[in-house]
Amino acid sequence: MARAIEAAGWGWRHSDRRRFALRHLDLTVEEGERVLLLGASGAGKSTLLKALAGVLRAPEAGDEEGDLLVGGHPAGDLPGYAGLVFQDPSSAIVMGRLGDDVAFGMENRAVPLERIWPRVLEVLELVGLRYPLDHRTDRLSGGEQQRLAIAGLLALSPRLWLLDEPTANLDPEGAAMVRETIAEVVGRSNAAMLLVEHRVTGLAELVDRVVVLEPAGGVLADGPPEEIFGRLGPRLRAEGVWVPGPRPARLAPPRAPGRAVVAAERLSVVDGVDLAAHEGQVLAVTGSNGSGKTTLALALASLLAPTSGEVRFLGGAGQPASGPAAPRSAATLRPGARPPCPAAPYPTWPARELVRHVGTVFQQPEQQFVTSSVAAELAVGPRRCGMPEPEVARRTAELLERLALTHLADANPFTLSGGEQRRLSVATALATDPELLVLDEPTFGQDARGWDELAALLAAQRDAGRAIVTVTHDGELVAALADREAKLEGGRIAAACAPGAPAEAAPVP
Amino acid sequence: MVTTEVRRRRHRALVRWRTVDIVVASVIAVTGGVVFWAWDQLWNTTQVAFAAFPPGQAVMYGIWLAPGLVGALVIRRPGAALYTELVASIVEALLGSSWGLSVVLYGLAQGLAPEIVFAAFAYRSWRLPVALLGGAAAGAAAAGLDLHYYYAAWQTGWKVSYVVIVAASAMLVAGLCGWYLVRALAKTGVLQPFASGRRSPSV
Amino acid sequence: MTLVLAAPLAAGRLGRFNPAAKLAAAAIVMVGLLVTADLVTAGIVLGAELAALPLARVRPGELARRAWPLPVAAAGVALANLVASSAPGTTTAAISIRLIAIALPGVLVFASTDAVDLADALVQQVRVPPRFAYGALAAFRLLPMLAAEWETIGRARRARGIDAGRSPLRAAALFGSRVYALLVAAIRTGTRLAAAMDARGFDSRSPRSCARRQVVRAHDWLLVAATAAVVAGANLTAVAVGAWHPLLL
Repeated sequence: MARAIEAAGWGWRHSDRRRFALRHLDLTVEEGERVLLLGASGAGKSTLLKALAGVLRAPEAGDEEGDLLVGGHPAGDLPGYAGLVFQDPSSAIVMGRLGDDVAFGMENRAVPLERIWPRVLEVLELVGLRYPLDHRTDRLSGGEQQRLAIAGLLALSPRLWLLDEPTANLDPEGAAMVRETIAEVVGRSNAAMLLVEHRVTGLAELVDRVVVLEPAGGVLADGPPEEIFGRLGPRLRAEGVWVPGPRPARLAPPRAPGRAVVAAERLSVVDGVDLAAHEGQVLAVTGSNGSGKTTLALALASLLAPTSGEVRFLGGAGQPASGPAAPRSAATLRPGARPPCPAAPYPTWPARELVRHVGTVFQQPEQQFVTSSVAAELAVGPRRCGMPEPEVARRTAELLERLALTHLADANPFTLSGGEQRRLSVATALATDPELLVLDEPTFGQDARGWDELAALLAAQRDAGRAIVTVTHDGELVAALADREAKLEGGRIAAACAPGAPAEAAPVP
Repeated sequence: MVTTEVRRRRHRALVRWRTVDIVVASVIAVTGGVVFWAWDQLWNTTQVAFAAFPPGQAVMYGIWLAPGLVGALVIRRPGAALYTELVASIVEALLGSSWGLSVVLYGLAQGLAPEIVFAAFAYRSWRLPVALLGGAAAGAAAAGLDLHYYYAAWQTGWKVSYVVIVAASAMLVAGLCGWYLVRALAKTGVLQPFASGRRSPSV
Repeated sequence: MTLVLAAPLAAGRLGRFNPAAKLAAAAIVMVGLLVTADLVTAGIVLGAELAALPLARVRPGELARRAWPLPVAAAGVALANLVASSAPGTTTAAISIRLIAIALPGVLVFASTDAVDLADALVQQVRVPPRFAYGALAAFRLLPMLAAEWETIGRARRARGIDAGRSPLRAAALFGSRVYALLVAAIRTGTRLAAAMDARGFDSRSPRSCARRQVVRAHDWLLVAATAAVVAGANLTAVAVGAWHPLLL
């Protein structure tokens, strides 16, 4: 029987790079083996999976070295042998209706019409998607979309499953759903599996072998999970892999919170409970998809006018400072006093006034980039505030230094890596020294190293006296950082209390 | 010396569209649809002002014609201008354009005109002057259709000025802005799968 | 014009016709009317269309929502013609009537045709290459997501301190900046979508099957034939009456 994967001295260089993504790769995977592929970001894991699926074609996509065989034939030659599950399910769905999308793969393989629909129904049942065939695919949750992707591939009964961080873009519910489906579908068959994942807890039971890749190299280590994690655990964690182990430590605030900076009253999305964000405190807004978390955050950041109720900004000059006069640490950049607030209602503030008091960090950093260099990005906010040029230059230089972006000062923001873009987006929000920082899923898609950096950065900002509101489904971030938690459920607030406390607990003022 | 075989292979490589060419050209067309909808929302100029006021029409034409130009400058293959503009017009029709099938006819003409310009340069030059010419051609084609449809009875003087205004506006918005837009896109790295995004000397 | 993907009339009677047949009918009307600018031809065809509306069980509300700019446009064109042309009033009126007569069938076609059905019919009946039709269809599916992205990009700019204020120049610059960001997001998504489609075998040079069959029935042929008859008849009538008036560029 042919091997599922056979790589001999294989290497690949993308057409726009000078260095090889992978080189001298020697790897064999037998039929039925379940392999976890690990390695630092940039180690070429995605590249390998795409090549195995036949998506990368030399010479136009790049240069190839050595041999890569799938099922005994050159990669891509055997249609339907391999099935690739992508990280972002919403950009892997082809059709607008559920049944049509599952049928897409079969159409490409010229499966006759009479065999298509029975198989569609069969695989939808197997992955647990119990919707009618004309259900709109954009109304599915992330986890359901990923299940749909799996169903579409399952219809062709692949002998090799390739999974490229299938749960990275999903919330915990969706991730659990998908892990369950993968275990069911792959576990039941005798197909081989090559899985790339950063968060390995939950999938470790499924794999019987771990292969670690070296950036621009080949295989670094290869063996059973216990051995690899035991031997290389710390090194892997340092490179960003979420190795199974203890959870991150709690970063407690050094002092009590100060005055309220922004208050929401009678907002329909929080069903009448008054909510406020305080200086020196992290408020986590949690809840499942569709619970209204983002709506609340946008309202608090003056980016959305509430349909009922009111959001008021309480910070700014002229307000009595009821909190303790905290010694400003080196984390603060501000040289002078707080600027006054505009007289208009909060949702109608002009943007240049808003940015002086509130910094918002969106879930996708690229949505916020407006210039063509990192340094220029950092200067946008301060300039819009009307700060003098020397001040702008000073802040830019300081932020570049503090967030380790100096070597990227002239790079186009869109060319940065995910972690670098995240750091840049947080830096731009801090450039105007706002009193309130609102973040939407800041740890989305971050590996362990980026997570640690971000948590430390947010803790430092909180300790310097900023009010922080973060929308998150990341339980670990809440545990490590949140001082208060507002759990939303179906557009209403279930609790505003100390994090981790049960929902029935009385709200903490 | 370039052999026939090499020339044939180069030609085939240029002519056969990959999936990414088809999908991204289509996405550019669909984005054109979103932009036009957003433009509409911004100025509250519903199709009324656009329709009932020929000078207003003339100025706003550039936005209509941009998808074809941008598609051609990004994809850089034979048929890109025509395909992108045609798909954009079908998207408009599906979104409920009051002009029905006419909008597709216009899309055909608006895509064919710059296509001819790019073909005249053997699909090898994608520089600013060619883009400007393509934009002007697209504008002239659209204006020509307007003249046939509605203004065939105008005096010659009016007709000529109409074509000139529309062609000039198209040259500026679709040609000039389109060209700069594609150049800015190339710098973001998002055009990496295309010749327009390669680091080689920009043509 | 709100960004709506579904065809509101697709569930009605018109939805049961083959999309290619509907397109052919609309095209016949377009070509048949563009050859002449006279009141007789345009009037007969428009009259026939309006008479056929009740047969098609089209709810007036739905039609009005899409077609209301047409009378306004017709009036505007008439005005422009009165100012700039030296043609007789009947020609001006004919041009305006013709505008509506050509647009109306097309509006009905697209209002009653689902995008997927359109793609299937184009591939199966008109023989459009499937890679192009389904590639375009896949991109079309992204419309609502791109519209939402446009909104988010606007909010993100406000969060950075950038808004239009009162200056139209700044409004134009902001619009341009948003178009740029939207295109980046759109092209990125498009590239990923293309990779996913390739990974599912889309790029093969061998023929593919289709999970949805579009059939051509008797009533489709009837529609096309009837349309051709009406258009030809209108033209002939105009010739007979002496009103036929080809007015080209």
